[in-house]
Amino acid sequence: MTHTFAVYVDNQPGVLNRVASLFRRRAFNIESLTVGHTHEPGMSRMTIVVDTDEYGARRLEANLYKLVPVRRVENLSVRPSIARDLALIKVNVSGENRVQVMQLVDVYRAKIVDISPESLVIEATGNEGKIESFLEVLKPYGISELVRTGIVAMARGTGAPTRAATRVAADVQDNLGSYSV
Amino acid sequence: METMTGAQALWAALVREGVTEVFGYPGGAILPAYDAMLGFPIHHVLVRHEQGATHMADGYARASGRVGVAIATSGPGATNMVTGIATAMLDSVPIVCITGQVGSKLIGSDAFQETDITGITLPITKHNYLVTRAEDVAPTIREAFLVAKSGRPGPVLVDITKDAQTTTCDVDWDAIVPQLNETMDDELPGDGTAAEAVKLINAAERPLILAGHGVTLSGAEREIITLAEKAQVPIAMTLLGIGGVPAHHPLNLGMMGMHGEAWVNTAIQEADLLIALGMRFDDRVTGNLRTYALNAKKIHVDIDRAELNKNVRVDVAIAKDLRTAVGEWLPKLVPTPRQAWLARINELKGDSAVRDIQNLPDNGHLYAAHVINDLWRLTEGNAVVVTDVGQHQMWEAQYYKHDSPRSLITSGGLGTMGFALPAAIGAKMACPDKEVWVVVGDGGFQMTMCELATAVQEGLDLNICIVNNGYLGMVRQWQEFFYEKRYAATPITGPDFVKLAEAFGIWGKTVDQRADVENAVQNARRHRGVSLIDFRVEQEDSVYPMVPAGADLHKMIRRPSPHPIVETAAD
Repeated sequence: MTHTFAVYVDNQPGVLNRVASLFRRRAFNIESLTVGHTHEPGMSRMTIVVDTDEYGARRLEANLYKLVPVRRVENLSVRPSIARDLALIKVNVSGENRVQVMQLVDVYRAKIVDISPESLVIEATGNEGKIESFLEVLKPYGISELVRTGIVAMARGTGAPTRAATRVAADVQDNLGSYSV
Repeated sequence: METMTGAQALWAALVREGVTEVFGYPGGAILPAYDAMLGFPIHHVLVRHEQGATHMADGYARASGRVGVAIATSGPGATNMVTGIATAMLDSVPIVCITGQVGSKLIGSDAFQETDITGITLPITKHNYLVTRAEDVAPTIREAFLVAKSGRPGPVLVDITKDAQTTTCDVDWDAIVPQLNETMDDELPGDGTAAEAVKLINAAERPLILAGHGVTLSGAEREIITLAEKAQVPIAMTLLGIGGVPAHHPLNLGMMGMHGEAWVNTAIQEADLLIALGMRFDDRVTGNLRTYALNAKKIHVDIDRAELNKNVRVDVAIAKDLRTAVGEWLPKLVPTPRQAWLARINELKGDSAVRDIQNLPDNGHLYAAHVINDLWRLTEGNAVVVTDVGQHQMWEAQYYKHDSPRSLITSGGLGTMGFALPAAIGAKMACPDKEVWVVVGDGGFQMTMCELATAVQEGLDLNICIVNNGYLGMVRQWQEFFYEKRYAATPITGPDFVKLAEAFGIWGKTVDQRADVENAVQNARRHRGVSLIDFRVEQEDSVYPMVPAGADLHKMIRRPSPHPIVETAAD
């Protein structure tokens, strides 16, 4: 099954490479990965969708925590959450077809964001299933270009994850590990 | 607040971490750092190849528990470190590697001796850093040491651009507080508990402890022995677990796995509970996973959560420091005699004794196993032995009985040939009062023998035992067993090692009779400085028992015995 992770990372050069490299070398296949700023300065948030079983998901979570710039990992698949995908769809339509497509846009609560004599650009947001279904009904009209953001996701309710970058004194840090010096 | 160059900040930070020795090789991009080095109380060991520097730092760390430090220039200096870094990564050894980098303005321009070493080492370091500003040098070194030794230890690389070394900065030592992530230490839903573990142990009839490298890394030696004695649980060790439990402890069965003792592997297959402590169910210890310990429930403790349920699904998975975890169990254990189980293991042992090469006549041949056994006897088991990779490594693990932690240093996970000599130099520098022996094959020795010059330049008292069979012996053994004796590229010649030793100013001796082993070893021990013995051993001997790669753990190839053998379930 697919698992969706929210991963909080320090916004620093190379962090995307570190995360992507982890998935590659541990032989996990990324279905989608998005990254963007958060409301906290210096902190970015990734949404990563991966196809694996429960054991794989736990191991992946543990491996993500081993990356130094990773601050917090949440498996959103094990709790109620909202997932959204955004698509920009260019459809080559004119005349009669254009009216039909505009009606479909209304049904799917999408938006038309660009119009030219021969084409429309539609902006659609929703979970992956809705986008897939919308694309299916648009297909007969001729999709000439498509871009999707991949999933962004968030847990429902008030339980926002606490930022875990606790700053502790260096001498305390020294004693954190098991390492016997 | 102090004002200094980035290069000075580097050494000042290293001194603050307690570093007294570094292993390195200078070059253009690291030259400012080398220039500043002279002003600090740190001894620099000039290696002959940067791979040697990383193995020395590794041997230093394994022998002492302190962080080893290697330093090299950009480009080829940095890439030569890759094998040593990967070796330390696979065996969880805390080392910090410092590399010079071209000036920050030149990065990405394919400048002379530029390589993307942070990119190259990304998958083989615990973490790495590219430092482009002088003010970042000291905080980065502080954090690098913390990362290297915290949790599951590992290698960290710090790449410092030339301009970050030459420019000046203000360093406020008190303000350097690394911001490391703690959450990986949190308990998560689904984690096993001490109560669950204790319940399984108390209920087991045929329990077995599998002790790994984590025992030593966690300093849990005493806890493991208490656990074993109180609950009467026998112990099997991984290769890197050797030394964590005294070889002579009556409950210590010896090594498990591909070349483990037959009775140990059979006991694993017959056990009803495996208590895996600080080990990671590597394919070399499990054999075929589909038939591995099918009768056993499993408890797994590892500080690295990512190891849990990785290769083997377990019933109780505990992500915790081993010493803490086992310490929590001890008061709740019910003392249990388990006589039937221990008697069964003794029965299995008897069968192996008649096959043991120690009990077989040598018929005038010099067997490597005899050499190792003599070495153990003559050093009274007190030496730190650093081995390379191959047949001699397995014979050492079988026939040198290690009673103390950190007394066997070997490349387990990566299996790096050429490791022994440089790692031994590091070990000797870390523990100058200990007797250090290199046990190495004639193949592996030729990979890094340039480091003889390093040992001589440092005036080290180091003993080298070359197990010379004229073959890349372990590969030859596989060719004998699995490739119809087609010896493709395994016969290997070498120099006259005694003459080579002479050229380096080293005492050397060739031995081809068992009667001469004792004399040569004692002479080497008496000799101050580096000494080398070239043991010309039986050429086509094989390591027994052997679980072929991917085979069931209990289906071992056994040493042919001259005596009639009562076949056991193990066969």
